[in-house]
Amino acid sequence: MNATFLIARRELGAYFRTMTGYVIAAILLLVDGLLFNVLALGGPDKLSAEVLSQFFFTTSGLAIIAGIFLSMRLLAEERQTGTLVLLTSSPVRDSEIVIGKFLSAFVFLALVIAATIYMPLLVMVNGKVSFGHLFAGYLGLLLIGGAGVAIGTFGSALARTQVLSVIISASIALAMTLAWMMGKVTEHPLNDVFVALALHGRHFPPFQAGSIHVRDVVYYLMVIYIALFGAIRVLEARRWR
Amino acid sequence: MIEVKGLTKYYGELAAIHDLNFSIGRGEVIGFLGLNGAGKTTALKILGCVLLPTAGEVTVDGIDIARDPHAVRRRIGFLPDTPPLYNEMTVGRYLAFAAELRGVPAAEAPRAVADAEDKTATREVHDQPISSLSHGYRQRVGVAQALVHQPKLLILDEPTSGLDPVQIVEMRATIRALRGEHTILLSSHILSEISQTCDRLLVIQRGEIVAQGSEQQLATQLGGGGTIEVEVAAPAARAIEIARTVTGIGAGTVVREADGIALVSLEGSPDLRPKVARALVQNGIDLLRIDRGAARLESIFLKLTQDKDSPRNLPQ
Repeated sequence: MNATFLIARRELGAYFRTMTGYVIAAILLLVDGLLFNVLALGGPDKLSAEVLSQFFFTTSGLAIIAGIFLSMRLLAEERQTGTLVLLTSSPVRDSEIVIGKFLSAFVFLALVIAATIYMPLLVMVNGKVSFGHLFAGYLGLLLIGGAGVAIGTFGSALARTQVLSVIISASIALAMTLAWMMGKVTEHPLNDVFVALALHGRHFPPFQAGSIHVRDVVYYLMVIYIALFGAIRVLEARRWR
Repeated sequence: MIEVKGLTKYYGELAAIHDLNFSIGRGEVIGFLGLNGAGKTTALKILGCVLLPTAGEVTVDGIDIARDPHAVRRRIGFLPDTPPLYNEMTVGRYLAFAAELRGVPAAEAPRAVADAEDKTATREVHDQPISSLSHGYRQRVGVAQALVHQPKLLILDEPTSGLDPVQIVEMRATIRALRGEHTILLSSHILSEISQTCDRLLVIQRGEIVAQGSEQQLATQLGGGGTIEVEVAAPAARAIEIARTVTGIGAGTVVREADGIALVSLEGSPDLRPKVARALVQNGIDLLRIDRGAARLESIFLKLTQDKDSPRNLPQ
């Protein structure tokens, strides 16, 4: 556990010492701000809860994308520059490497997500926002962002370059999101399977509306677990070649 | 310290190393010598517990690397062919990270870092970001990370690659200073460097060890006792003819001949130099210079790596 923390701390430091982290954070906040103005505040008059729901909807998509971009470097960059050997030749388990790296990207993403709080606060100025709704929405953002980071970590473990890493992870995330649509055109009982697998369509809207269901929380935790498990296995397999 | 039995590694169909056998004693400085692609890096990566072997048994300090890789990794320091440096970190922070990763308690890390910096002469760049370092410093910081946790075994893959002549001399001195405290295994394709720093050489070719022993032992086995270089102010043919009258001197070759001065290389032990000199002078030949043959190791190396039928595993 100690090594996990050590690796997470170093990786988090790397986000603050290099440009990549700041650039991704800036883009997320910029785009989120624009979408907030256009989609959430624009159009006909809405209830505060509707504005907030729209805000969580747009931010959730951006959180997945940011998670994938933040995690693209985690293992692919180290393999590219040859620094991974420092970790693999040390008395550290492959699981500690993967979890440490996941945590660093997740904590950075959480900080960026926390920085979006000014938008709900702006809604508060002229409207009414319940703290329960805020809590549920942000929990959902952390979970869906965590899933994005975990999928990104898996892609980063597979790929030799960062570009390839983003392509792999984005494809996985996109396919999982589109499973929702597959659910609409397939017969019962297959449609239930597709819908239940969907990254966004079934499991995020409740958070967006301010309610927390155990099945949705479990779903996102499972996605994180499976993606990280895959990444650990890929790293272990690399020792054979 | 290290026992290697039947070590084999396949990349797909290709055998990178095949049936390696050797053992290394505590405190020895061993040189892995081979052309690029001979299998040096693969062998070192397996010893460094980065790569798993296809077959064979490796024990470090009595511990099997397949059974308990963690215990082995705590005992080794590994410098791969490109030093694993995080460019955005400062040297001090990077070394502290490497130390803690190998189990040095956080409270003792600054001391361990200072020690490693002293040994590798990197103290003055302690606060500099690694991205700003010259190639020589990068290489030395690479060595520092390998020894920051006081490992028993140091594995250095081409520690002098890409360094300029001055830096090579410095690196050699650094490695020599480490002898005694650590068992050191280093690889190179630069022959002169490896013969000067190592007690024993393992010559590896196409994934197999084709010879091992000290430079002297290799020379005796393969070169028939080395060569003597003679520079005379006389025709080369005549000089060779006279030199060959000395018992123990074999064939002679003309290295160059111009303006009445000839440089001749004679096969024979350098111990025969006084006799050769006397014979030449007594026969009225002006002797300008006599010396033990240069580039001896190069010729051994070429012989080993070119002859397919060269003798294997010379007696030590």
